[in-house]
Amino acid sequence: MSAETREPVLRFENVTVSFDGVPALTDVSFEAYEGQSRVILGAAGSGKTVLLKTALALVKPDTGKVYAFGNDLTAMREQQLSEVRSKIGMLFQESALFDSMTIEENVAYPLQNQKSIQCAPADVHPRVVQALDFVELGGTLEKFPSELSGGMRRRAAIARAVVSEPPLILYDSPTAGLDPITAHTIIALVIKERDVSHTTTLMVTHRYQDGNLMANFRYNSEQGRLVPSSDGEQQNARTVFMVLQEGRLIFEGDQDRLEASTDPYISKFVKQRV
Amino acid sequence: MLDLLKEPVLAVQEFFLLTGTALRNIFRTPHYGDDIFMQMDLLGVGSLPIVVLTGFFSGAVMALQMYHALAQYGQVGRTGMLVAITLVRELGPVLTALMAAGRNTSGIASELGSMKVTEQIDAMRALGTDPVQKLVTPRLIAVCVMLPLLTVIADFVGIFGGWVIGHFVLDLPSRQYWSSAWHALDWKDVIQGLLKPFVFAFAIALIGCFYGLRTSGGTQGVGRATTQAMVTASILVFVLTLLITKIFVSQAAS
Repeated sequence: MSAETREPVLRFENVTVSFDGVPALTDVSFEAYEGQSRVILGAAGSGKTVLLKTALALVKPDTGKVYAFGNDLTAMREQQLSEVRSKIGMLFQESALFDSMTIEENVAYPLQNQKSIQCAPADVHPRVVQALDFVELGGTLEKFPSELSGGMRRRAAIARAVVSEPPLILYDSPTAGLDPITAHTIIALVIKERDVSHTTTLMVTHRYQDGNLMANFRYNSEQGRLVPSSDGEQQNARTVFMVLQEGRLIFEGDQDRLEASTDPYISKFVKQRV
Repeated sequence: MLDLLKEPVLAVQEFFLLTGTALRNIFRTPHYGDDIFMQMDLLGVGSLPIVVLTGFFSGAVMALQMYHALAQYGQVGRTGMLVAITLVRELGPVLTALMAAGRNTSGIASELGSMKVTEQIDAMRALGTDPVQKLVTPRLIAVCVMLPLLTVIADFVGIFGGWVIGHFVLDLPSRQYWSSAWHALDWKDVIQGLLKPFVFAFAIALIGCFYGLRTSGGTQGVGRATTQAMVTASILVFVLTLLITKIFVSQAAS
């Protein structure tokens, strides 16, 4: 099956973004296709978060174009963007749950506020419960974000990102600042969402092992945990690694090519492999 | 030199753009009625204690000061009049607005600022909500409605404070105090006294939102935004009261 014949879900065309004259992204181009997983590696300040925010049109590029689902985001006004945004889920780095709302209200927020998502008021509660069960946080409906631990907040934020079942999900450093066990749980959720709902996934991370899990494991719904992919090759081909260095996209390709790379910056990431 | 000016000019432009959007949103759907009432409670009803205390003590102090000044001319009977005029025209609106700036502008700036630095504002946009519609417009409406009401309360409590001093400390006849206070005021004073808080409300709500939404630089940035918002709003209150007073005074003269 050739993915390239289909329309890309997300396309960056020579995108350059700068803040106060300091470039954050320089001439970045790539295409993400349906069902693909993209792992974006890069050091702090390499433009990973900016790349995701540009994909959501939260940041406007200085030059270049961003297409999502065939729409040119750079030419759209803020009001028009909400329809495209409703097809994209985003997990923000610090979770970005609304402090003034309970977890239930937080997760219900996209269902109630995205104009293009037609969700009957009676369906909101069951879908919220379902999304929270998905991240195994069923008992926290009435709690406020400040009452949850960092890992639980991250999971609640994943529930909010997936509740509207968007076909494209962006994860901004889902494991940053978490202990290894919690980090593994979070990545397992990312993979579970990918394999259960067949979403296109863009995940930014600074940990190579997160990408390694994405490329070589799949979610087994019977056992309820990650298992090594039996069709290792195919899965591997669907996972594309990208490496950002100071706003430039210096590598794009599969895991084998990434590991074979002799670039000192890239091999620094790969060496972390455990 | 031009570079130095660029930033403040740009900030002023952004402030007016925010003002424009906030005002336009009043007539646009969706309306967040719940948020408006919640903000009225938080910003308006919540400010009641400090506004009442400020009003009472400023009225009491005015009565004491005016009594001694008027005593030189043998006109102590006019204490009520002076207390009423100064409070309704100037002190009531300005002191209430300053208290509201101290309490509400800083509160708004720090709340919105923390939301900005924790990406909640971005999340709101990503989830299909205009932050100005959801956060700024309800606060603007709430302050615009509540500040004139708070000012009326402060004015009354202030005149009452003047009476307490007049009756218990200065031995002024109550009837004389109240009737001179009542007769001193005409409609123009009341209009001036209600127009001022309405205009101040824009400064208080929008300056808080403006500084909050442009916060950058983590928690330290939130502190900075809060301080700047409060200082700017307080100064604006004084500038605006001078402008409005000038308009009313020159109208009265013509």
